[in-house]
Amino acid sequence: MTFFYDTWVIYRRQLRLALRNPAWVIIGLAQPVLYLALFGPLLKPLAAQIGTANAYTFFVPGLLIQLGLFGALFAGFGLVSEWREGVIEAERVTPANRAALLFGRVLRDLSLLLVQGIVLIALGFAFGMRGSLLGMILGLVLILLLGGACSAASYALALTLKSEDALAPILNSIALPVLLLAGILLPISIATGAPQWLVTVSDFMPIKYLVNALRELFVGHVLTITTMWGALWVLLLFALGIFYGTRTFRKDNA
Amino acid sequence: MIHARGLARTFDTKRGRERVAVKAVGGVDIDVEEGEIVGFLGPNGAGKTTTLRMLTTLLKPTSGTATVAGFDLAREPVKVRKAIGYVSQSGSTAGIARAGEEIVDHALLYGISAGQAEKRGKELFDQLELEGMWARQPKTMSGGQRRRLDIAMGLVHDPKLVFLDEPSTGLDPQARANLWTHISDLRTKLGTTIFLTTHYLDEADALCDRILVIDHGVIVAADTPDALKREVAGDLVELVLASESEVATAASHLSKLGTNTTADIDGLVVSMRVQHAGAELPGLLRALDGAGVTLAAIEVRRPTLDDVFLTMTGRSLREDA
Repeated sequence: MTFFYDTWVIYRRQLRLALRNPAWVIIGLAQPVLYLALFGPLLKPLAAQIGTANAYTFFVPGLLIQLGLFGALFAGFGLVSEWREGVIEAERVTPANRAALLFGRVLRDLSLLLVQGIVLIALGFAFGMRGSLLGMILGLVLILLLGGACSAASYALALTLKSEDALAPILNSIALPVLLLAGILLPISIATGAPQWLVTVSDFMPIKYLVNALRELFVGHVLTITTMWGALWVLLLFALGIFYGTRTFRKDNA
Repeated sequence: MIHARGLARTFDTKRGRERVAVKAVGGVDIDVEEGEIVGFLGPNGAGKTTTLRMLTTLLKPTSGTATVAGFDLAREPVKVRKAIGYVSQSGSTAGIARAGEEIVDHALLYGISAGQAEKRGKELFDQLELEGMWARQPKTMSGGQRRRLDIAMGLVHDPKLVFLDEPSTGLDPQARANLWTHISDLRTKLGTTIFLTTHYLDEADALCDRILVIDHGVIVAADTPDALKREVAGDLVELVLASESEVATAASHLSKLGTNTTADIDGLVVSMRVQHAGAELPGLLRALDGAGVTLAAIEVRRPTLDDVFLTMTGRSLREDA
């Protein structure tokens, strides 16, 4: 079927280009690694107050979410420069499946995300993180779903706007509240002393349930109500992202 | 090869708070026969690229119908895509990729096998003077080389109809002339039908059998380049005088070169359209010399697209539309 073949052709080309210029892969990983090295030690003395035995087992899941969210959310910038070089038009004028043009790119992002995630978890171990290996593997799967949703949506937005200047403020205005309200850096919970209004606001942030699910998974609590909520939300986001992306790439005047 | 009827495209844009429908292309009829090279000529913003994007399935027409390469644009877009090549003005390759890889990947999307793609790609590199560029990064190529690479991308699946959008924009004169040779070779050697847009008359002149002139989204003229140029009567001769007192004398001498035209005077500049100005000029200079007129400068301009355009639409191509 032409969809799978075209996706493979696009994916292979994108991956080749990404590996030829690995600076972005490394820069993408640098941010969570810096958090791990420079923010992690500050969490250590607070571990008891946060309600965790190991500060890194608590912290690494949040950093993984950050990696999946931010790396993928900003994927659209690459598409804008591809548009400017005429690559997107050149691909759209071939009989290639429209959705394959999106999926090949999303798969490239997920491949890089997987490698970055594994590196981050390995570094977490080096810093003293301990936990359930099965839980971490399942956690990575959830992160990939999140990354897929973000990168598909980011590409669709980029294809609609076709301008970095329009894309940057939109993505930043999504990314920062998510970062702060999802409890990625510190837990947002009454038990740790957060004000009620902030807890209420953060309850409306789907990523928060994913962060909580990931933290449960990492300590080995695989089948809990928290992990189920997290999985449900990320599946929903994934479906929405892919739907939005596919619809945009199929449009005739995109 | 192309038969379009009433092809139109309207864009919704915001002007202030209002939503305004802007008519980019207002219903064009286009007929291009097999083996023809047809130029689509007009100023920037006339609707050339929009028309081209409609004909290449990249943009859905608001109204109108077209068959392209034998297939209906609306009902069989995939078949149209397989049959046509499109060379856009913005390029087609990533700067950091390798030229050969880009060609092969592009061919794979047409369902061509990897082996065949590489063979065809290398043939095209030879034909388009890109030998030794297979492993080069497009960003390190010259403007002309990169444009030829774009053309190779558009030809890798042997389309019978090729669309070229502003093929020589941004190239130096030598690279342009070289590119024109390659474009006309496409027709003579492969029998490819070519539809190109341009805003240079010399380009249309050098390449095209027929020219369609588009302005404000409407085709205002369609003819051979020679016929279009005949509508502009002669070359423009411009005399710049050294002093105001000699303007009238110069104008009367210049006016003698025309049968029913008189020279225009604008300050120190006297100008008029003259048939075969090159042959008339020596006599004119002698006459002016004899009359004691001192020239600061003299200029002769061949009819340009601007002149053709001015004759046909009553306004200059360079004015902001």
